[in-house]
Amino acid sequence: MRRGVRIKDHWNEQRLFSGRTLFAGIATALLLLVVIGRLFTLQVLRHEYYADLSQGNRVRLEPLPPDRGLIYDSNGTVIAENTPAYQLELTPEQVPDVPDTLQRLATLGLVDAEQVPALTRLIRSGRKFQAIPLRLSLSDADMAVFSVHQYEFPGVEIQTRLARWYPFGNEGVHALGYVAAISEDDLQHIDRDQYAGSALIGKIGLESAYEQQLHGSAGHRQVLVNAQGRRVDRLGTTPVRLETLPPRAGNDLFLGLDMRVQHIAEEALAGKRGAVVAIQPETGDIVALASVPTYDPNKFTRGISGREYAVLRDDIDRPLFNRALRGTYPPGSTVKPMMALAGLEYGVIDPNATRLCQGYYTLPGSTHHYRDWKKEGHGAVDMRRAIATSCDVYFYGLAEVLGIDRVHDAMTTLGFGKPTGVDVGGERAGLMPSQAWKMQTYKQQWYPGDTVIVGIGQGYLLATPIQLAHAAAVIAARGRSFRPRLVTAVRDATTGRVTKLAPVAETPLVLKDPGMWDIVVQGMEMVTEAGGTAVAATRGAPYRIAAKTGTAQVFSLGQNEKYNASQVSERLRDHALFIAFAPADAPKLAIAVLVENGGHGGSVAAPIARRIFDAYLLGKYDADTPAPPPALPATPPPTVDH
Amino acid sequence: MLFTDTQSQAGRTLTATGWLLRRLHLDGPLLAALGAVVAFGLFVLYSATGENLGQWLSQLERLALAMAALVALAQVPPAWLRRISPLLYGVGVVLLVAVAVHGSVGNGAQRWLDLKVVRFQPSEIMKLAVPMMCAWYLHERPLPPSLRDVAVLLALILVPSLLIAKQPDLGTALLVASAGLLVLFLAGMSTLVIVLGLAAVGAAVPVAWHFMHDYQRQRVLTFIDPSTDPLGAGYHSIQSQIAIGSGGIFGKGWMNGSQAQLEFLPERSTDFIFAVIGEELGLLGQVFLITLYMIVIGRALYMASEAQNTYARLVCGSFALTFFVYAFVNTGMVSGILPVVGVPLPLVSYGGTAMVTLLASFGVLMSLNRHRKLVGA
Repeated sequence: MRRGVRIKDHWNEQRLFSGRTLFAGIATALLLLVVIGRLFTLQVLRHEYYADLSQGNRVRLEPLPPDRGLIYDSNGTVIAENTPAYQLELTPEQVPDVPDTLQRLATLGLVDAEQVPALTRLIRSGRKFQAIPLRLSLSDADMAVFSVHQYEFPGVEIQTRLARWYPFGNEGVHALGYVAAISEDDLQHIDRDQYAGSALIGKIGLESAYEQQLHGSAGHRQVLVNAQGRRVDRLGTTPVRLETLPPRAGNDLFLGLDMRVQHIAEEALAGKRGAVVAIQPETGDIVALASVPTYDPNKFTRGISGREYAVLRDDIDRPLFNRALRGTYPPGSTVKPMMALAGLEYGVIDPNATRLCQGYYTLPGSTHHYRDWKKEGHGAVDMRRAIATSCDVYFYGLAEVLGIDRVHDAMTTLGFGKPTGVDVGGERAGLMPSQAWKMQTYKQQWYPGDTVIVGIGQGYLLATPIQLAHAAAVIAARGRSFRPRLVTAVRDATTGRVTKLAPVAETPLVLKDPGMWDIVVQGMEMVTEAGGTAVAATRGAPYRIAAKTGTAQVFSLGQNEKYNASQVSERLRDHALFIAFAPADAPKLAIAVLVENGGHGGSVAAPIARRIFDAYLLGKYDADTPAPPPALPATPPPTVDH
Repeated sequence: MLFTDTQSQAGRTLTATGWLLRRLHLDGPLLAALGAVVAFGLFVLYSATGENLGQWLSQLERLALAMAALVALAQVPPAWLRRISPLLYGVGVVLLVAVAVHGSVGNGAQRWLDLKVVRFQPSEIMKLAVPMMCAWYLHERPLPPSLRDVAVLLALILVPSLLIAKQPDLGTALLVASAGLLVLFLAGMSTLVIVLGLAAVGAAVPVAWHFMHDYQRQRVLTFIDPSTDPLGAGYHSIQSQIAIGSGGIFGKGWMNGSQAQLEFLPERSTDFIFAVIGEELGLLGQVFLITLYMIVIGRALYMASEAQNTYARLVCGSFALTFFVYAFVNTGMVSGILPVVGVPLPLVSYGGTAMVTLLASFGVLMSLNRHRKLVGA
């Protein structure tokens, strides 16, 4: 087309080009001004907004868990401490597929397969950036397995953390309780900020009751993180100022519990099912609190497997069951001194007057025989003698004269039917029946016969071992009453100051005549003298013991049947009970012993109390000291109760 | 004699420098502006690479190579440059086809041709070859170009551009196409045709969408609303805006940008280095760089308008405006007003062959401009 039709016009082309260039130059400048305008918007107008975003990007709070407070016994021996453990942890936001990761860890045996659903829920309910412990304690073999496979598990790592350790293992577990991994339920009612970074929480016993004191408060520090969320030390050339709030360690607890005595108590109960509570009458301090069988709390702190837990849970002897605080039993004849006190206080009986015991009791206008444990009867007995020989007929009559309402009031004053208020949770109230209670519960009226058997600690009456020990302590202190307690002092973690806690005095039981205490205590002393029901177990003690035996019926007999221990299933045999305090004239320790289906209180429960008294009062801590030989004259006759 | 023996050392140095520049056919102001950009770039790059001296030195090495290319090309007589334009273009297209057939896959895309000695991207050649070819075609023809000429030129531009876009390298394809189209624009193509062309492009958008790779579509979608995918495709855009915005007027200080140094900002030393400047040196640092760019572009456009033949004018003008396209597209995408396309910040971003290509283009520009007295019109 260019041949001849159009020729190049250089001047015109130059002009055209210059015009276009000028246009382009202006457009260029304008467009770059648009960019500058945009930059101005970002950096000046919206600077604050982006500065905040940038700060949020790089600074993260890392929780600093507090060290849990330690627990000491009365001798200053550590009974709950913290030791390093290797813990397997998962940080949710770094894990691409949580269920798959858990499944594969379970395949390697690093996580309990049964716990996978629970762990999944726990991870879902937690915070994305907070590490969740999967396994609290790894063995060397587990560590090796994980090390080999670590690259397959982004977001899962091994951390050294302090874990709880109970050096005495099973001993004292029913007082101490244990800590275990924080569960989904726990998350519902704890301050999550305080537990960020903590793996363990008190579940039961003291560990749970004093959780707030023991836990302390969590701290945190700001850490600089890069885009991968990894911690970095510095940013460019300048070190960055970051805040740190140090954690406050939990307070240490000092107990009245004496692990040497506790050891004797648990050893004496070994092989049985039962409980012992030993209390200092002048303070309410618990020197020993045992429930047997026991279990090892360290299993829980290190992460108990589903199978291990099932074994404990399904054990017919119920090792997880705290008999001392939660077991309610008919107290049997151990209530007789208290019935005597009620009789004296209400002035319904002359302690020196004798009653004739022919081996049975009948209510006026009735032919029903309430049998005495001694078929032939005790003959003429006064109050002291009735306590010493555990005469049922005497107390059937006394209860009948008092009537259930006065019995109820007197026994309630001594602590029956209500929790003792001991500083560890889970205690049961037992049952102190009354007319109103029966009407409300059974829609039935109270019969005189109901009252008669309450007189010997049977019927509806139920009490826990700690209630019995507390009642024994009140009698020992002649009416002064202190709330039972385990913790006697607290050491503040920051100041190191030990604050002794004053004993908690409760309303004292004041009798019209203080001499009444002597009558009852004399009767209890006679229990351990010749002719008493606990003479064998207390023979040769260099201190005087005031006591009362009890044998509580589990199995009801027909009116003319005879109880034959060998014919009754082991689980239906009588419970053996024993309450005592010593030295009788200046009591230092009050004890209640219960042996489930143990049989005879005097022959089974009393020797256990004797060993504890020997340990506490005489320092006989030697574990190998043989128990005093059971030297009861003859097989006890078949009884309802004594 | 203007200068005597008593004249200052500085005066003599200046005289000597002027003489050397003339001898080497170099343009002093343009070279100074380019030098300022490059020096500023090296300063920023040291921080953006996280004090990686190795990377910094390799950038310096690349810079030396690029400078050598600039000086060498400036020595080539303009007539030669014009004559080899079709050859350069032809070789470039052949190489692009070769890459398409069996190129090595680098960075997830087929861009590199391995010639045993050097691995290079033929698409980089096209950044120079396409505008030079277009200018060569128009050199003898009367301007403004006829419709037939426009059609031929569009074909010359589209063939290599599409080959590059297919690799896929959207950024380079865009730059190559715009370099060619800028020649058309400067040649005085009728405004009506331009408007109609833009309308046709608008109509072609749905068609283009159809041929796009998923990641390209994603980029477009994310550009429209980055918050829809804050951790995926929108991450780049969001983090770079946080970096710039948090820098404020004065910045957080050199090597103290948390977004950059803690790696929240992706590709901080390459495509997104402009955000590092914004974070560490603030609005002032960014405006300073943009001002330098304006000086470079302004000087280059002035030189283009001073050029004495059609070929020289068109090539110089196209190179000057292509440099602007680089700067505008990169700063626009980093500050969030343009979609994220792989265009580096000219003469500042780390790596790539863009540095060499850009300085080479300025070498050509200087040759075409500074030889005029010797060659004549």
